[in-house]
Amino acid sequence: MKPAPFAYHAPHTVEEAVGLLGSLEDAKVLAGGQSLVPLLNFRLARPSHLVDINGIAGLDRLYERDGGVAVQALVRQADALRSDLLRRRCPLVPEALHHVAHAVIRNRGTVVGSIVHADPAAELPAVLLALQGSVRVEGRRGAREIPAAQLFTGVLESSLDSDELAIEAWFPSFSGPHGLREESRRHGDYAMAGAVRAGDRLALFGVAPTPVVADPHDPTKDLRPSGDLEATPEFRKHLVEVMTRDLFAA
Amino acid sequence: MTTRWFGERVARREDDRLLRGHGRFTDDVGDGALEACFVRSPYAHARVISIDTTQAKKLPGVHAVYTARDLPFGDRDLPLLIPHPALTNGRTQRCLAGETVRYAGEAVAFVVADSRYLAEDAADLVDVEYEPLPVAWPLEQAAEDPANLAAELTQEAGDVAEALAAAPRRQKLRFRYERGAAAPMEARATWARWDPAEQRLTMYDSTQSPTSIRGGLAVLFGLPETSVEVIAPDVGGGFGPKIMLFYPDELLTPFAAMQLGRPVKWTEDRREHFTAVNQERAQAHEVEVAYDGEGRVTALDVDFIHDAGAYTPYGIILPIITAGQIPGPYRVPNYRVRFRDIYTNATPTSPYRGAGRPHACFVMERTLDAIAKDLGLTRDEVRRRNLIQPDQFPYEVGVGWQDGNRVIYDSGNFPGLLEKALQNLGPRPPGDHVGMGLGMYVEGTGVGPYEGAHVQVLVGGKVIASTALPTQGQAHATVFAQIVADQLGVEPGDVTVTTGDTRRFQWGVGTFASRAAVVAGNAMAVAAGLVAEKAKRIAAEHLEVDEADLELAEGAVRVKGAAHKQMPLAAVAVLSNPVRYAFGGGTEAATQFTPKARPGPPLPEGERPGLEATGYFSPIGSAWASGCHAAWVRVDPQTFRLQILRYVVVHDCGRVINPMVLEGQIQGGVAQGIGGAFYERLAYDAEAQLRNASFMEFLMPYATEVPDVLIDHQETPSPLNPLGVKGAGEAGVIPVGAVIASAVEEALGVPITEMPLSPLRLFELTREPA
Amino acid sequence: MIRVNGVERQLPGDPRTLLSDHLRHNLGLTGTHVGCEHGVCGCCTVLFDGKPVRSCLLFAVQAAGHEVTTIEGLAKPDAPLHPIQQAFHDAHALQCGFCTPGFVLAVKGLLDEHPDPTDEEIEEGISGNLCRCTGYANIRKAVRKAAAAR
Repeated sequence: MKPAPFAYHAPHTVEEAVGLLGSLEDAKVLAGGQSLVPLLNFRLARPSHLVDINGIAGLDRLYERDGGVAVQALVRQADALRSDLLRRRCPLVPEALHHVAHAVIRNRGTVVGSIVHADPAAELPAVLLALQGSVRVEGRRGAREIPAAQLFTGVLESSLDSDELAIEAWFPSFSGPHGLREESRRHGDYAMAGAVRAGDRLALFGVAPTPVVADPHDPTKDLRPSGDLEATPEFRKHLVEVMTRDLFAA
Repeated sequence: MTTRWFGERVARREDDRLLRGHGRFTDDVGDGALEACFVRSPYAHARVISIDTTQAKKLPGVHAVYTARDLPFGDRDLPLLIPHPALTNGRTQRCLAGETVRYAGEAVAFVVADSRYLAEDAADLVDVEYEPLPVAWPLEQAAEDPANLAAELTQEAGDVAEALAAAPRRQKLRFRYERGAAAPMEARATWARWDPAEQRLTMYDSTQSPTSIRGGLAVLFGLPETSVEVIAPDVGGGFGPKIMLFYPDELLTPFAAMQLGRPVKWTEDRREHFTAVNQERAQAHEVEVAYDGEGRVTALDVDFIHDAGAYTPYGIILPIITAGQIPGPYRVPNYRVRFRDIYTNATPTSPYRGAGRPHACFVMERTLDAIAKDLGLTRDEVRRRNLIQPDQFPYEVGVGWQDGNRVIYDSGNFPGLLEKALQNLGPRPPGDHVGMGLGMYVEGTGVGPYEGAHVQVLVGGKVIASTALPTQGQAHATVFAQIVADQLGVEPGDVTVTTGDTRRFQWGVGTFASRAAVVAGNAMAVAAGLVAEKAKRIAAEHLEVDEADLELAEGAVRVKGAAHKQMPLAAVAVLSNPVRYAFGGGTEAATQFTPKARPGPPLPEGERPGLEATGYFSPIGSAWASGCHAAWVRVDPQTFRLQILRYVVVHDCGRVINPMVLEGQIQGGVAQGIGGAFYERLAYDAEAQLRNASFMEFLMPYATEVPDVLIDHQETPSPLNPLGVKGAGEAGVIPVGAVIASAVEEALGVPITEMPLSPLRLFELTREPA
Repeated sequence: MIRVNGVERQLPGDPRTLLSDHLRHNLGLTGTHVGCEHGVCGCCTVLFDGKPVRSCLLFAVQAAGHEVTTIEGLAKPDAPLHPIQQAFHDAHALQCGFCTPGFVLAVKGLLDEHPDPTDEEIEEGISGNLCRCTGYANIRKAVRKAAAAR
């Protein structure tokens, strides 16, 4: 399957990228490409323009700020996995990254990309939500910080405007009890259901259109997961109960 | 002849070029070919009202857009490959759909362009108007309509009705096996060139039968066979669907090449592979078994329906194989089996590794487990009491076989397999929710009609060999080299084998049904044996000894016990071809003024030049392989994840040519079996549309899902061929479904009567009221 | 331009040309294989600036100014096999050979990062590539052999 035609842009600065996103009709950002390019190959997405941000210098840093760790847009998942800083300040993030796809995918996939792609079954959006992190974006009207609770609006939908570029994700430092559990069919697959614990906060993924915060004592309350080829709503709720018990057992 | 190489773990001759990336798979053949793609029906059943290709044709870079009416053979049904008297309602598809499409994925139009990218752009512009029709789906529902009956066949051995009536104990059981897919890593591909100056059609095809493709193309295009050459180059896995012919592209790429005067290629992409390439495995069985208080089966009555899909190009071979293999390695004194082959509006079915045997095995093995449960016997004990014994061969089952003959087991030691498997399995691991899986099977291998081989010693001393059947990873070039090397007293490294190229060898059938080692292997032995005899004949004259005193070893023909009296094979090759003009390479020895070895014409009466021979092997019947798989499996009672703690195989394929290659085949087969048992499921919706046509959602096992299998062998040589070999290609996959089902049933305490399973399914089964 | 196996090569005109197709059809390097074009099977794995990536998920134009190594670049044409390739041969870790280039390069990535991998690291490292022929057991053996050979 080959992609439909598109115009290709490779900006060198954030300003250029934001300018392109603001002026082009029907443009998509290309970062890691591990989620986007399959959609293009299947012709399930046919953007007229691709804005490739991989050439923007200085957008691949991982650094401390504001009591947490900022992970910029071009930090590859593999590098975040290996990051000493993250391991020390926020070990939940490297732990979650072990579950994201496979090593070769992680060599290209980005942390920020995975977050703003907003796949309901992805790990990192739920981790951001559990930790109450945020994403900094820049658009025509300037920069803003979007807290995780306002970031995910639907299946594969984030609250970024079409002219906004996600610059970095910010994870607050957290060293309390934490963990991630997921039930997937094969190692590295998207989860049928997943749960993330950060202290006494619980976030679920794969069981709603977006990651959702849940009550560790009653994790399936008000939960109405969908059914698909591998899991029914009942099975998803059952898995949520099993994983929550396991996460909060200690 | 030595036996130095037979049975040895000879390293593969194929590897170097494949490891360096110098393999040549069909899509690798470029040569400036135009590229094609299909427009396929999204509907499972529809009338084709109109097809408008005008916009598509206008796109720059597009060379042609064909529909059925553009083809001289457009209104012709493709061949029905294996006719059978019971197939009274056979049906095959057209190259491109005419008025009706009968499965989602059926080919409707063929676009040829400068690149696949452009071809897909043009395909988007082909405007097809469909009128959707009611869909025959799922299988059980389709079976209710008599119009969907393709074939019906009942066979009986003994008197089942009487035995059922007299039975001390009886059980009725139902089993369901769902569709699966072979999914080789290389999808299909064809590349064709028509040379008008030489009037020759050349085709590269990722096929398991170049000779059949060649024959069909010659007929279709009205060409002499000698004008058509078909080559299966490196092929990235076959597993059955590539033995199916003709896929529409196999006719359309040569047609387009002839029309457009350029080579044309088509490479399938993964998404279309899921519906365009044949599938297999869906059957629903109703079984009644009668048995005595000791658990011995007295009668088995099976009634099953087989999902043919939309067409029956492969005839009814699959249900025939199932029917023939249900009794397996067990004595079933009274056996009746009826099957109905049912049309559904889904991709046609044809063999996928195992080809009807996994279902047969599942039915028999689960039935025996049910008997064991009823009587409180262990699962191994109930099998012991029913197994055919080693002194009961040849054993006739009483029904028909896929080669047109009867099912007759030639040899085996079934109790030996069971005992060894249990021994290798070892004790139950500690922990909860652990179950034992056990499955035994037989496999009819090495079907005919025949294969051939050509073997030649070149003047330089190197040996070349060829056979018509192709290779998809089974190490034919190594295994056949071993056979030839033994006959000629050389090393496998001195023998270069070509397979699947009609330019090199044009008579043969194909690679399927675990037959290559048996049939082509024996042909290699025949041909190489003839070469060895000729070498001795020539050497005997020149060494002035008796032929009977000669042996072939270390690259020479030499006197037994007096090795210094010898002639290198290279020299024999030179002498086999008397020449007038020496052209180097030692050929001076064969010119007219050298000493004559004997009176008479330079080329003796009845002799042919060259140290070469062609030989054939045509089996009288299948050589029956067998085996036993056993496993310890744990199922997590919360998440229903499957954990295979230990998996053992004891396998009998007669004499083993290369144990390393054999073990690779079995490990690979078990992996496919595990995939088919717990991960892979073709998820069709109510409209018979496939919902998971991608590797993201059709779940093939990665390494993390497949354990190392402990493989052990038993050898009961087949009396039906000189090498004593039996086939092995499909053995790994056949009983895996039964083994997993058996283990999961014990681990979770719920009856398992279906395949495939999944965590969701186990969750649901454990919650169903008892 | 992109550097492929140490040589500067042209980029394609059409930006939507996947790196896998550019390597195979424009540059004649057919050792990289295409199994799915959705990033799951790993047959198309190449090294991108030394790290294994899926070439079916990259556009060729994205490789401008970068180093791409394909399977053909691992061992020189008349030179012995790379130790990983040799290990695959010794362990009978390939049958049809279609998935093999992708596996070899993924294993290169694995061993570059974990020269002495634990069984778990091996499993993680090879679990992103599909093989339909071997059932993986010999591939595990090959990785252990290759690690031991370093």
